[in-house]
Amino acid sequence: MAGYVPHTDEELEEMLAFLGLGSLDELFTVVPPALRLAGGLDLDEGLPEADVLDRLQRLGGGNRAAELVCFAGAGAYDHDVPAATRALAGRSEFVTSYTPYQPEVSQGVLQALFEFQTLLGRISGMEISNASLYDGASACVEAANLAAAQTGRDRIWVSQGVHPHWRQVLRTFAAGTGHEIVEIPLVDGVTAWPDAGTDSGSGGPGSGAPAAVLVQSPNFLGCLESVPAARRAADGAGALLLVAADPVASGILRTPGEQGADVVVGEGQPLGISLGFGGPYLGLFTCRANLVRRLPGRLVGETVDGEGRRAYVTTLRAREQDIRREKASSNVCTNQTLMAVTAAIQLGWLGTGGLRELALRCGRGARYCREALVAIDGVTPAAPAPTLREFAVRTPLPAATVVGRLAEEGFLAGVAVGPGFEGTPYEDCLLVAVTERRTRAEIDAYASSFEKAVR
Amino acid sequence: MTTGGGRASSAPLLGRDHEPTLFELSRAGRRSASFRSTGIPEWEADELVPEEHLRVEPVDTVEVSERDLVAHFTRLTHRQYSVDVGAYPLGSCTMKYNPKVCDEVAALPGLARVHPAAPAALSQGWLELLVELEAALCAITGMAAATLQPAAGAAGELTGLLLMRAWHAAAGDERRRVIIPDSAHGTNPASVTLGGYDVTTVPSDDRGCVDLEALRAALDTDVAGIMLTNPNTLGLFEEDIVEIARAVHGVGGLLYYDGANLNAILGVTRPGDMGFDIVHMNLHKTFATPHGGGGPGAGPVAVAERLVPFLPGPRPVRSGDGQLDWEDPPRSIGRIHSWHGNALVLARAYAYILANGSDGLRRVADAAVLNANWLRRRLSSSYDIPFDRPSMHEFVASAATLKRRTGVRALDVAKRLLEEGFHAPTVYFPLIVEEALMLEPTETESPQTVEALAEALERIAAEALEAASAEGSSASPTAALAPRTTPVGRVDEARAARQLVPTWDARPQGE
Repeated sequence: MAGYVPHTDEELEEMLAFLGLGSLDELFTVVPPALRLAGGLDLDEGLPEADVLDRLQRLGGGNRAAELVCFAGAGAYDHDVPAATRALAGRSEFVTSYTPYQPEVSQGVLQALFEFQTLLGRISGMEISNASLYDGASACVEAANLAAAQTGRDRIWVSQGVHPHWRQVLRTFAAGTGHEIVEIPLVDGVTAWPDAGTDSGSGGPGSGAPAAVLVQSPNFLGCLESVPAARRAADGAGALLLVAADPVASGILRTPGEQGADVVVGEGQPLGISLGFGGPYLGLFTCRANLVRRLPGRLVGETVDGEGRRAYVTTLRAREQDIRREKASSNVCTNQTLMAVTAAIQLGWLGTGGLRELALRCGRGARYCREALVAIDGVTPAAPAPTLREFAVRTPLPAATVVGRLAEEGFLAGVAVGPGFEGTPYEDCLLVAVTERRTRAEIDAYASSFEKAVR
Repeated sequence: MTTGGGRASSAPLLGRDHEPTLFELSRAGRRSASFRSTGIPEWEADELVPEEHLRVEPVDTVEVSERDLVAHFTRLTHRQYSVDVGAYPLGSCTMKYNPKVCDEVAALPGLARVHPAAPAALSQGWLELLVELEAALCAITGMAAATLQPAAGAAGELTGLLLMRAWHAAAGDERRRVIIPDSAHGTNPASVTLGGYDVTTVPSDDRGCVDLEALRAALDTDVAGIMLTNPNTLGLFEEDIVEIARAVHGVGGLLYYDGANLNAILGVTRPGDMGFDIVHMNLHKTFATPHGGGGPGAGPVAVAERLVPFLPGPRPVRSGDGQLDWEDPPRSIGRIHSWHGNALVLARAYAYILANGSDGLRRVADAAVLNANWLRRRLSSSYDIPFDRPSMHEFVASAATLKRRTGVRALDVAKRLLEEGFHAPTVYFPLIVEEALMLEPTETESPQTVEALAEALERIAAEALEAASAEGSSASPTAALAPRTTPVGRVDEARAARQLVPTWDARPQGE
């Protein structure tokens, strides 16, 4: 087996002798005999390193999806990750350090997080960014909790365009907080907010006014939502506006901040993080300065050391669970720091021009692909609203069948729209994403296989 | 030369100069990014998206060359302590060595390149991995089934509390309180609140364990359950655990196991055998997945048979024909992660479990507990050991006497230890110990390293006593000034909070 315990038998004996013990078992006499595991764990003996790698490689070989040309998105995107990002994010000083509780020996991680917070502030148009949350879903939950605490209300209006998994997670955690999640339906691919004028007395859907309005743009179906319309809905109800944004789209789209968002959340996976079967990803959370005392998770601030040298430290710690305990409004401790550092590196590599070009290239590929698909007999756009990197189409066959058939041709065709859209015009549509990785030749071949598959 | 732009100098490393931010290294027109040739028409932004959505100017992030980018972040790594550099005796954090083979596992294309929404038929290898890991974690904890979705320990805690809530609700039993010992991690009470329960704190007795009589007095049918860490945060095994379990189950409550300290009991005993109903594990502690400077972690939650129907969904399950598919448990509390959890962290942990096996995992517990007890015994002559009896994988020392005699506090000891080339222990936790220094050497540090750590701590105490007696004063200049050999000296935390500078853009100009 591979061994990571360095002690020789002789050393074990010496250490036991120092403690006056005759055997390793005597270390555990405090464990009542009835609880001690007789015969050890019911697991195989340890394996040598090479065997471990072989075993995991074989499991990886069972994932046919890894070899397919990817047109799937739905919140996880097949972007190129440049060599520099991979090399820097893999530096073992970033990988194997702990939470920076000792700032004097953690300036590397702290400064990288400070730069991440600055970059996130810029791309979202907000003043404050935390140092990451688990994923897009957890960022939505924390935003809802913040809004409820800020307004003293417990209802959240959630656009049906928000990722269905994120909506599910919001409901799961609402069981503990008692928040009421009210879904606002889509019309023509974008949210049909209740008319504030007619509903202002009652506060609209549900009874009583909402703490917040949550909209995602581009939404799950790829459609660009009107953030000003969401702002009007929030204002009509006296609620906060929470916007889930795509960091890649920020290369060409107006920031949620300049359009009136109070909190901007999102999934940071497109910023240099591999698909990785869904994790670890990166929950993005930014807000206006007036909400900083309710910010969930860690925040890095600049300060000085005793000699006046520039230094960084986690700050406003009094918000956090280890100090506030049962009065805390978030229990987040370990987050996704390494992914935040990765995102900072990736945004640094992309730069101002590269981020814009990345967004443009996704948009161009998606337009080219969308035009090729809707030219196929029986394939139609699911909604008329404008899109950028991702769009949904209706197909003559069930979307899952299309995905299955195209897998045989070497393509992961997209994601079948299902749970969370039951009974809507979007149920069983196919969601297709095109990143900067997809070439014209790949899209042509995909469209041609698509046509055969639905014929 | 004009301002901005990078300088390939190692001054921040050698001269203790600060490293400029990316924003200071930025120079208009410089770039790193390049994109593949695609042959797709080069439509402009307004040919893709209606103008109302478009920004006028590109978002100004940063403009640096790839060379400057690499130099910058590499220099930052030189200002960062890590497990790969040296010992990290942070109590309760289990900062053990992270095997490199696990990095290779996480980078395998067959795992890393899989889209999370790929149909089960196209991701059978991943489902197989998850099912095998779940089985291994259940064997280790003595539980029936597990969810791998929680992304960290705190997410696992909240998941466990929602399971508790759903289980009681299914029986039509609305309970309002969850019991927590006063030695618990801060995440426990925070999670209880978010789970919709009120916290009832029970005190520790003079042995450092849950006061059984106080617990019995707190128990009634309004108690949904208890959250316990065993060994507890003092590093002590809760010897009355069977009695505790009987008492809590006696009022219809459930027992939640906080797995922060699972490392101590691998192959020795199992939470399931102690009577726990819900168990979360920190794979980034016990199963050596790297902590990443504060995550990603993974916090799977295992449960007893009666709670399996309530687990988060979808879960990977094997059907009759041997194929694996996703399934929602019948009374599932719902999804708690965007996808399937921190999958690549889960893969690393599985590789670690395979490499160690039943024999290796027991050896982990043996060496972890041996190192901690050796260090405790050794330090008992220079520091207070408030609960000086055999500990498990960690123990809590105190600088209370040292402080009274010399003015040197636990914080000073921690900062002074940084100068000695070791990471500091956890300080001022658990809250029930004055001037606490919580030490967890872990099993992967050699006896020589543990001895060197002991010598460093002894030296710090001795020098404080010497300075105090020489000056006849209470302040030890040496420890109070520490650290002096680190990239920055003691950081002004009060100023950071008072004059908040959370981004480069919020910085007062001209500083």
